[in-house]
Amino acid sequence: MFFQNLQKVLRQNIREYGMYIALFVIMLIFAITTNGTFVSARNLSNLLNQTGYVAVLAVGMTLVIVVRHIDLSVGFLAGFIGAVAAIAMKNVGMPAYVVIPLMLVLGTIAGLITALPVAQLGIPSFVASLAGWLIYRGLLQMVTESSGTIIIADNAFNAIGNAFIPDLPLGLLPNMHKLTLLIGVVAIVLFVMSQISQRQKQEVYGFEVLPKDIFALKLVFVSVLVGAITWVLASYSGLSWTAVIMLMVVGIYHFITTQTVLGRHIYAVGGNPDAAELSGISVKRITYVVFGSMGMLSALSGILYASWLKSASTTAGTLFELDAIAAAYVGGVSAAGGVGRVTGSIIGALVMSSLTSGMNLMGTGIAYQYIVRGVVLAVAVIFDVATRRASK
Amino acid sequence: MSTPILEMKGITKEFPGVKALNNVSFRVAQGEIHCLVGENGAGKSTLMKVLSGVYPHGTYSGDILLGGAVQRYRGIRDSEHAGVAIIYQELALIPELTVYENIFLGNEIRNGPLVNWNETIKRAGEMLDKVRLKVNPAAKIKDLGVGKQQLVEIAKALSRDIKLLILDEPTAALNEDDSANLLDLLRGLRDQGVTCILISHKLKEVIEISDSVTVLRDGQTICTLDAHKGEVSESALIKHMVGREIDNIYPKREHKAPGEVVLEVRDWNAYDPGLGRTILRDVNLNVRRGEIVGVAGLMGSGRTELAMSIFGNPLGYQIKGELLVKGKPQSFRQPQDAIRAGVAYVTEDRKGNGLILIQDVKENITLANLHAIAHRGVIDSNAEIKIANEYKVSLNIKTPSVEQRVSNLSGGNQQKVCLGKWLFVKPDLLILDEPTRGIDVGAKFEIYTLMNKLVDQGMSIIMISSELPEVLGMSDRVYIVSSGRVTGELPIGEATPEKVMQLATN
Ligand SMILES: Nc1ncnc2c1ncn2[C@@H]1O[C@H](COP(=O)(O)OP(=O)(O)OP(=O)(O)O)[C@@H](O)[C@H]1O
Ligand SMILES: [Mg+2]
Repeated sequence: MFFQNLQKVLRQNIREYGMYIALFVIMLIFAITTNGTFVSARNLSNLLNQTGYVAVLAVGMTLVIVVRHIDLSVGFLAGFIGAVAAIAMKNVGMPAYVVIPLMLVLGTIAGLITALPVAQLGIPSFVASLAGWLIYRGLLQMVTESSGTIIIADNAFNAIGNAFIPDLPLGLLPNMHKLTLLIGVVAIVLFVMSQISQRQKQEVYGFEVLPKDIFALKLVFVSVLVGAITWVLASYSGLSWTAVIMLMVVGIYHFITTQTVLGRHIYAVGGNPDAAELSGISVKRITYVVFGSMGMLSALSGILYASWLKSASTTAGTLFELDAIAAAYVGGVSAAGGVGRVTGSIIGALVMSSLTSGMNLMGTGIAYQYIVRGVVLAVAVIFDVATRRASK
Repeated sequence: MSTPILEMKGITKEFPGVKALNNVSFRVAQGEIHCLVGENGAGKSTLMKVLSGVYPHGTYSGDILLGGAVQRYRGIRDSEHAGVAIIYQELALIPELTVYENIFLGNEIRNGPLVNWNETIKRAGEMLDKVRLKVNPAAKIKDLGVGKQQLVEIAKALSRDIKLLILDEPTAALNEDDSANLLDLLRGLRDQGVTCILISHKLKEVIEISDSVTVLRDGQTICTLDAHKGEVSESALIKHMVGREIDNIYPKREHKAPGEVVLEVRDWNAYDPGLGRTILRDVNLNVRRGEIVGVAGLMGSGRTELAMSIFGNPLGYQIKGELLVKGKPQSFRQPQDAIRAGVAYVTEDRKGNGLILIQDVKENITLANLHAIAHRGVIDSNAEIKIANEYKVSLNIKTPSVEQRVSNLSGGNQQKVCLGKWLFVKPDLLILDEPTRGIDVGAKFEIYTLMNKLVDQGMSIIMISSELPEVLGMSDRVYIVSSGRVTGELPIGEATPEKVMQLATN
């Protein structure tokens, strides 16, 4: 009975759960092939820091693709903004807490500029953002031309990509990071509570819900997974600032896309722009919002990357846009518009960076790494399309 | 009766949560025109999709026999090979390609690996003659009207060797002339030995053309009526379809003295820069509180353009003229402005610009008025479900739950979702563009009753419709539009079909 239920639920929701399962399997494989090094505290911690700057881009890109556009300019925009931040700190002497918000504003403006020809004149975003790609690449070279790589000395700034959140000054559990544990526990409790209340609500309205045993299994599975990751991280140095920022970005965007009027409008525009316009939604406005948010997240990505490397270089940001697009597609967004979740894209980003990290640990050559990641991307998209067709 | 060319036995087809077909039997005799009727969601389209291999063998239970032989289609290609051609509710031509390219799309005439274009064009010409369509085979589809496109679809079907032609609501989007023309053509094909299955909600044409009629209700076969034995009549059809009798399909309403003017346009002109021509000329029109104003006219006469130009002009026409809402001059720059001022527009093209097909029923119903169920921009999902369920009940939308994707609903039920969405906006003026297109008799009656209730509560309605009986049956006053001009305005007492038709073809 239980296994029948499980089979049925998996078959019906294979698209949604597929990615999580894929991520789990990939991690398991690497855990075995690297004799556990892959799931060591140190490696997992690094993995999160390496995922951060692509993950925030992937979140923004998800929305861009949902509204049937694309933004190729984000990589070099991130690189350029990282360089501007470095210059602002080094040559102008601005403190990090001024530079960071300033860069986010700058990124937003850049995004809005990309949106301008798209929204106003109907220029394809592929072309508009390709122009941006060239321009930001040029700008990045221009500002780093004289100095080459700019070393960042600001400790507060560098902490974002390298340091961990402070611990609670408590005596118990001396070798564990207590704040990290606390956050993990709170996250699990919140997850379980929200799932249960959602289920109760659905039952009240007579909607289809998961069978009880499967529902319990899902709760236990997620709780154990989150718990295990928390435990591993806490036994090392705890959560890094990058991980915290990434979680916050996902949390905020997940909330906006699933719970708010703005989110609904974005998905409506993606699902059918003509119908959305006739429903009183300004497609132009949504285009600006989505590209503006993309620009802001590009700036954040640039900050995360510059801070992680403690420097800004001439090639920073190269190919970030393609990593972000790949992550979004692995995470289940559809180019036809209106479909895709930010949580999926984060998982997609984790899948892609796990592959890199795992293969690095195994000593796989870079040539093979590209091929493997390409195959995974293709398989993910084929799987997505096939399951979508089956559910139709 | 002659031997059946088609026999479907014990067909059952289930979707998650819905039994769309429940042990349906369906027999069609060689060389007849067989109509398939039933309420929205009765399973007509689904039955035809089973027959044409859209739902392949194994996804349903039951047997299909074509000319006595059991058929097991793995897909549409198989059914095409077997000689079944289907023309869907929504047209499936490629607008940017020419007529001849479309006719032989997927069935190209070849010279080795190359397409033989000369032969293609010649054969396309023959096919067009067969359907009595006089257009240049090299014209692009997008430059033809719907009626002509429909004929091209049929020509495309005829270009293959077919035994059975299925048409799913072919006349829903056609005007009376085009419809009559199409029915004539079907008769001609019957005389040449082609068997036809026709789905329609227009009972008049069913009565006019059918040799026999099968009625479906709730996924079951109710009966098959033989026209040659006089079994097919409007009252009989309605009784079998709906399960009860409806005496007067246009419910009576007192024509009260109307209130103040809610909306008025004066000397309204619109120029379409895309088409490069003026589409509306010197239109003057007003609507009063508590009034149903009918807008009659042929397809393509500018009725939809008029509505769109008033409703925030989303297509970017260049407009001259005055628009007054409750006496105040207004210029709506986008639909949003019109909605805020209390105007709602239910489009004639529900799939194109009415619904978000990939979203569910509740999301579609609340879309135009999300702020009503949100606090500080956060949607109250309980309220949303409650509202959606209210409209599901009051409009009798057939769906297992409001979380069902709209693309899974039957055509008529999609139309009801559209209607629900705009009722939830609670407008002062509701512009309905072909509101009952593809809707069954029972539901039409419900919608008319609802319209009457709404105007009694003080709403105003503009009803654009190609169905003259509907306009005359429901309106207080009728405007007639022809070639972008208002050619007449008649109080309902003076509006006779002859007068209206004469003004419409002016
Ligand atoms: N892909 C699908 N998934 C789920 N339910 C479906 C799907 N297709 C059809 N249905 C359901 O099956 C039933 C029959 O639908 P069908 O489209 O055959 O109706 P119909 O008789 O053609 O109605 P109409 O006159 O409105 O076009 C409906 O209740 C519909 O909601
Ligand atoms: Mg149908």
